[in-house]
Amino acid sequence: MPESVDIAFVVNGRQAGVRVEPRETIADVLRERLGLTGLKISCDAQVCGACTVLVDGLAVSGCTYLAVDADGREVATVEGLARDGRLSPLQQAFIDEAAFQCGFCTPGMLMAATALLEENPKPSRDDVVAAIDGNLCRCTGYVPIVEAVLRAAEAGR
Amino acid sequence: MSGAVGRPQVAPLPPSPIGETVPRRDGAAKVTGAARFATDLSVPGMARARVLRSPYAHARIRSIDASGALALPGVVAAVSAADLPDVNIYYGHALADHPLLADGVIRYAGEPVVGIVAEDAITADEALALVRVEYEPLTAVTTVEAALASDAPVIHEHAAEERPHRGFEERIERDHPNVCSRARHHWGNIDAAFEGAHLVVEGTYRYPMSYAYAMEPYTSIAHWTDGGLTVWSSCQHPFMVRDDLARCFNLPLSRVRVIVPYVGGGYGSKSYTKIEPLTAALALRAGRPVKLALSIDESILTTRGDGALVHIESAFDADGRLRGRRAEILLNTGAYAENSPLVGRKAANRIAGPYRIPAVDVTCRVVYTNTAPASSFRGFGAPQGNLAGESQIDEAAERLGLDPLELRRRNVVAPGERLWPKARGMDANLEDDLCLVAEALDWWNPAPAGHGRALGISASDAGSEPVTTSLVRVQADGSVTVTAGSTEIGQGSSTVLAQIAAGEMGVPIDRVQLLQSDTAAVSYDRSTGASRTTTIMGLAIQAAARDARSQLVEWASEVFAEGDDVEEVAGGVLVDGEVRDWGAIVRAWFGGAYGEVVGRGYLRREGTTAEMPPFWEVGCVGVEVSVDEETGKIRVERLVTLGDVGQAINPQLAESQDLGAAIMGMGMALGEELVYTDDGSLLGGTLVDYRVPRASDIPPFVPILAQRGDGVGVYGAKGGGEGALNPVAAAIANAVYRATGARLREAPFTPERVWRALHERDDAASGD
Repeated sequence: MPESVDIAFVVNGRQAGVRVEPRETIADVLRERLGLTGLKISCDAQVCGACTVLVDGLAVSGCTYLAVDADGREVATVEGLARDGRLSPLQQAFIDEAAFQCGFCTPGMLMAATALLEENPKPSRDDVVAAIDGNLCRCTGYVPIVEAVLRAAEAGR
Repeated sequence: MSGAVGRPQVAPLPPSPIGETVPRRDGAAKVTGAARFATDLSVPGMARARVLRSPYAHARIRSIDASGALALPGVVAAVSAADLPDVNIYYGHALADHPLLADGVIRYAGEPVVGIVAEDAITADEALALVRVEYEPLTAVTTVEAALASDAPVIHEHAAEERPHRGFEERIERDHPNVCSRARHHWGNIDAAFEGAHLVVEGTYRYPMSYAYAMEPYTSIAHWTDGGLTVWSSCQHPFMVRDDLARCFNLPLSRVRVIVPYVGGGYGSKSYTKIEPLTAALALRAGRPVKLALSIDESILTTRGDGALVHIESAFDADGRLRGRRAEILLNTGAYAENSPLVGRKAANRIAGPYRIPAVDVTCRVVYTNTAPASSFRGFGAPQGNLAGESQIDEAAERLGLDPLELRRRNVVAPGERLWPKARGMDANLEDDLCLVAEALDWWNPAPAGHGRALGISASDAGSEPVTTSLVRVQADGSVTVTAGSTEIGQGSSTVLAQIAAGEMGVPIDRVQLLQSDTAAVSYDRSTGASRTTTIMGLAIQAAARDARSQLVEWASEVFAEGDDVEEVAGGVLVDGEVRDWGAIVRAWFGGAYGEVVGRGYLRREGTTAEMPPFWEVGCVGVEVSVDEETGKIRVERLVTLGDVGQAINPQLAESQDLGAAIMGMGMALGEELVYTDDGSLLGGTLVDYRVPRASDIPPFVPILAQRGDGVGVYGAKGGGEGALNPVAAAIANAVYRATGARLREAPFTPERVWRALHERDDAASGD
């Protein structure tokens, strides 16, 4: 087993430093070490998107993104979306549209949509569908999720 | 009044939040990452477990040597069935045929053989490779045809104990060693019905083995304390899991506590007991709390949906009246019974359809095979038979020269009419439902070129046994605590039940706190399934709230009016022109600043809930499809769902249940299927291979809610959320036929199967 390494990265605006084994994923580190259990592990094979977090603004699958690769980068998780206790327009739109049921896909879905809205604040319906096509939801049938992202984009204007 | 037992009833208050789209009460937790699921929990001192699974589908275990694993630093325990002489290792909802670890015999590939407990999951994983198991492979059978062959290997040598909770009273009949159970649903003179028929349609249909893919894998944590056993679990039915754990470990029910946090999807796949007995056994041997968190790949091997092979015949008069229907259904239930005997009974009655039929004779045999165990899954026997039954309606309509909608209208039962003797009369207007869907589908205008439209219907005896309780506790500040053993599995029970309590107590919903799914903290509820929670738990909460109110009114009379009557108003009473709210009454009665009133609601088979089923769950959908004739790929162009829910307590949630159910049905119609090799290996067996619908697969969607106040539940409500799945596969098959002339009888309708059907159509047309 290769030696553990010290890494330092920013999580939701705060500096974090951990000693990790090279095989550990960012999902392991966030969930098990830093107590950020918002991201979820479902397929564990980069298919479902439940573990989506942002690294330097890009959506990645936390289940396969190695923690060592986050060294020196900025990581954003669902826990960082609300500011000072106020929900982001996207979070509020998810509530207004009932864009979740069980909520297990929701953290990943929110992060994928956050990445979209940061890159493209005025997405079309097709843009939204394409942005969340790598995020599975077994409950809602997706329609309310797409509506929520469009609504958040509208609110952000 | 319902079958609720309680104090004298008081008049209902204006149900303020009823019928309103109240925002989901779990919203803030679920959009901030604060919502805790079982996988997010830990207990101090907790060790982690992993499971060694059999690579063989059918084998005898010759020996197990775990000494290598135990020698690995960090390993706490290695447990096989032989290490559990003090545990009743066999459990199962219908039959106790399922050992928590293989007991000398392997019955499916992936069956748990050894549980490893270690300081962390990685160490437990590494230890798995150090366990030596010698197997003697046996011949495996994976299909119902192979399992029923006269020389088929016998999967269960001995009949297992029948369990009292199984949901029906009759003995489980078997007529072949590999038949787990047999159900027959019949009435009328079936031979006469077919002899005099103008038209008989006959066919064989297949429905796939499926996987519910609740995104949260099965997870449980077991903690033995000197007071008993506490288990946190991702389960739907905490009280049933409690009962199974008490039986396995010989504990009083009161010393087993099952706590269910948020559940990441259920759809029936988390009904009944799964890995909780194994986790508790590992914790017992390890001497410390143990968490067993399965992967999705392991969850696929834990529970799947029953596949079906259906042979069916329907007899019609010249004017399209159904005269008789007979069917033989074979369900592939895999290695263990789980709840499939009940699925089989439901499949047998539901295949008849919501039609007035003078004679019906259906036999369903639930067959053991060497595949992963099958059990409850949304729709519960209905989709398996609906594909056959509803396909036959369209096939008959064509041969009779009738419009398929018209043929259905002629045959659906009327409101109040009984589908079979002794069943509750139909609490829905099915003909109107069909017409509403047809209208949304633009039925009476021609479909665009190359498109086909179809609609389908089902009615399921839903609601399960109406055995449920609730407590409504009014605090000294007038806020309300409500207990419900129903689980929030995403369906919105935490919102809908709070709406009912707020409406009944006449208080704002933010004054209501709902406490759910902790067997030590809330009173009994049978289950969260069969679309029952809004209806059944809703009635119990209503009864408890009315019991609390009637006590409060009595107390108000005593403390404020010297025993004279007081007038009840929303949220309190009116005394001398002054409103005294519930909190003021509690404080005054106890003579200080404290106290609470406890209202009780009990529901059983009595009064309005005496007849079974408690309600009929209607599924009514319409689809428009197009087919790429080059590739065989079906595209759903439009989807219409109708939720016949009596009264939607929360319309937004009711509609979203229907969409979710219909899309799940579409997934199984178009591509979802678990495929086994002949030797019993699951092909693929990951989410990479088991493709579920994605955002880009979703067609334009028209939701309809039919609200006629005709349900047995509060304010005329009845259950929804499963029905919209049931008719989707048949509707798609029928729409494909209308678009192309190719008939599909085997789901899922993959491009390859559609392509073959299109070529068969062409071959038939050219006379080959």
